[in-house]
Amino acid sequence: MKALVSIKRVVDYNVKVRVKSDGTGVETANVKMSMNPFDEIAVEEALRLREAGTVTEVVAVSCGPLACQETLRTALALGADRAILVQTDEELQPLAVSKLLKAVADKEAPQIFIVGKQAIDDDSNQTGQMLAALTGWSQATFASKLKIADGKAEVTREVDGGLATIRISLPAIITTDLRLNEPRYVTLPNIMKAKKKPLDTLTPEALGVDVKPRLKTLKVVEPSKRKAGAKVADAAALVDKLRNEAKVI
Amino acid sequence: MALLVIAEHDGAGIKQATLCTVAAAAKIGGEIHVLVAGHNAAGAAQAATRIAGVSKVLHADAPQLGEFLAENVAALIVGLAKSYSHVLAPATSNGKDVMPRAAALLDSQQISEIVSVESPDTFVRPIYAGNALATVQSSDAIKVITVRTTGFDAVSAEGGSAVIESVVAPADSGLSTFVGREVSKSERPELTSARIVVSGGRGMGSGEAFKLLEPLADKLGAAMGASRAAVDAGYVPNDWQVGQTGKIVAPDLYIAIGISGAIQHLAGMKDSKVIVAINKDEEAPIFQVADYGLVGDLFQLVPQVVEELNK
Repeated sequence: MKALVSIKRVVDYNVKVRVKSDGTGVETANVKMSMNPFDEIAVEEALRLREAGTVTEVVAVSCGPLACQETLRTALALGADRAILVQTDEELQPLAVSKLLKAVADKEAPQIFIVGKQAIDDDSNQTGQMLAALTGWSQATFASKLKIADGKAEVTREVDGGLATIRISLPAIITTDLRLNEPRYVTLPNIMKAKKKPLDTLTPEALGVDVKPRLKTLKVVEPSKRKAGAKVADAAALVDKLRNEAKVI
Repeated sequence: MALLVIAEHDGAGIKQATLCTVAAAAKIGGEIHVLVAGHNAAGAAQAATRIAGVSKVLHADAPQLGEFLAENVAALIVGLAKSYSHVLAPATSNGKDVMPRAAALLDSQQISEIVSVESPDTFVRPIYAGNALATVQSSDAIKVITVRTTGFDAVSAEGGSAVIESVVAPADSGLSTFVGREVSKSERPELTSARIVVSGGRGMGSGEAFKLLEPLADKLGAAMGASRAAVDAGYVPNDWQVGQTGKIVAPDLYIAIGISGAIQHLAGMKDSKVIVAINKDEEAPIFQVADYGLVGDLFQLVPQVVEELNK
């Protein structure tokens, strides 16, 4: 069984983003870029399925500019067998990405396609569900537990109010939530090995996909800042302020 | 122009999130219809007819809609969507699961978690964990939208007199079956709609320690929440998580206890009207957003606050 994982290159989790002064977006020049954290969890889950003998090959896919090669090399260093870059400098929105991933899925025919539930830059939370729609496959979003047996996947999902478990037929799209696993670290010998692993490049044109953005960003602004209030001396002072100043209790 | 709102409901009644989504639809303007999809959900459909500003309720009742499986619900929405300019759902776990699937089938680029309506095709949505707000304009014929419920004041659940129209659900996709649900039982208000939220973080040190917060939550009639660190450490269930990738809340009063204030946590609660922080580290970033800060040992301070409230 083959597993595909999609990965996105995003501004690193620890970077405090700055809105550009001309309001066109967020400063990404000279900013540390990393693999989207939910995608690290996706890679890890695919590797664990391979280590358990369920999956025989793990292929990492990324869509975006040439620099995404670095992120794919990270996936290879983590243990993916090979990588595919769909290279374009166009701004990619989730619908376009899901169309590209669908085209790759058509070529690769995986039984399972694991996707991070959300990218921490645009916070859209769409690509996995859209990919499931376009392939016509089943979907299990926000997965915190995944078991594959007898041609089915049993997935426990993090939902409002608790957990829900569904059983879905394969091939399937899984989107990862935080508690699915704890991703491993990249080691130096594996970084060296990753350099020799195959990384193929495709283009949207070759895949016959129109990636033109549908949403036009008119402006990006910083949200109004919350002002820090005051420290209060003790519990009595706090309760007094809440009752008589803020009047919220 | 008519708009379709996908209702969040529990079979018997309509959830608050639906009322906030109707409010967003009203800002866009046009006739508002509500879809109640479920099984044995006649009570919810009846309740939906009374929502202020709603003119029609579409009621799809079938066993395959019972657990709101994305494959079946998305197919239903796609079949109905062609008559509408906008399809909106609250950004709940159901809405997030189903709407992008429907959007892709409609070849529409969804606009996720809007917090404001600028015009019928232009919306504001937070990006980068709420550290930036993007104004985006959609060129798609059918606009598929999820609504961040904290961005819109709920419309009244009463006062409307919509008609109910039954709609036929597509057959079961056969792709997915429901196995079971583990619901965290609680007598407390729902986290996302509570007026007051008491949250604990890593500083609580254990799941046991969260019991210390219960008298405070009981006294205030508050919902209980937690930071990602506390959930990851296994202190409390996952659905307590407030933050960028957990629940987004904006209560009148948010009390953060033993929470340092990581960016991703602030993204989930910084729109609260009043924020209180109790933390032993006076340099903790949470104090930069708190209206009232109390520095000290939470294990001493929390019981003292309860005592003061009882006075």
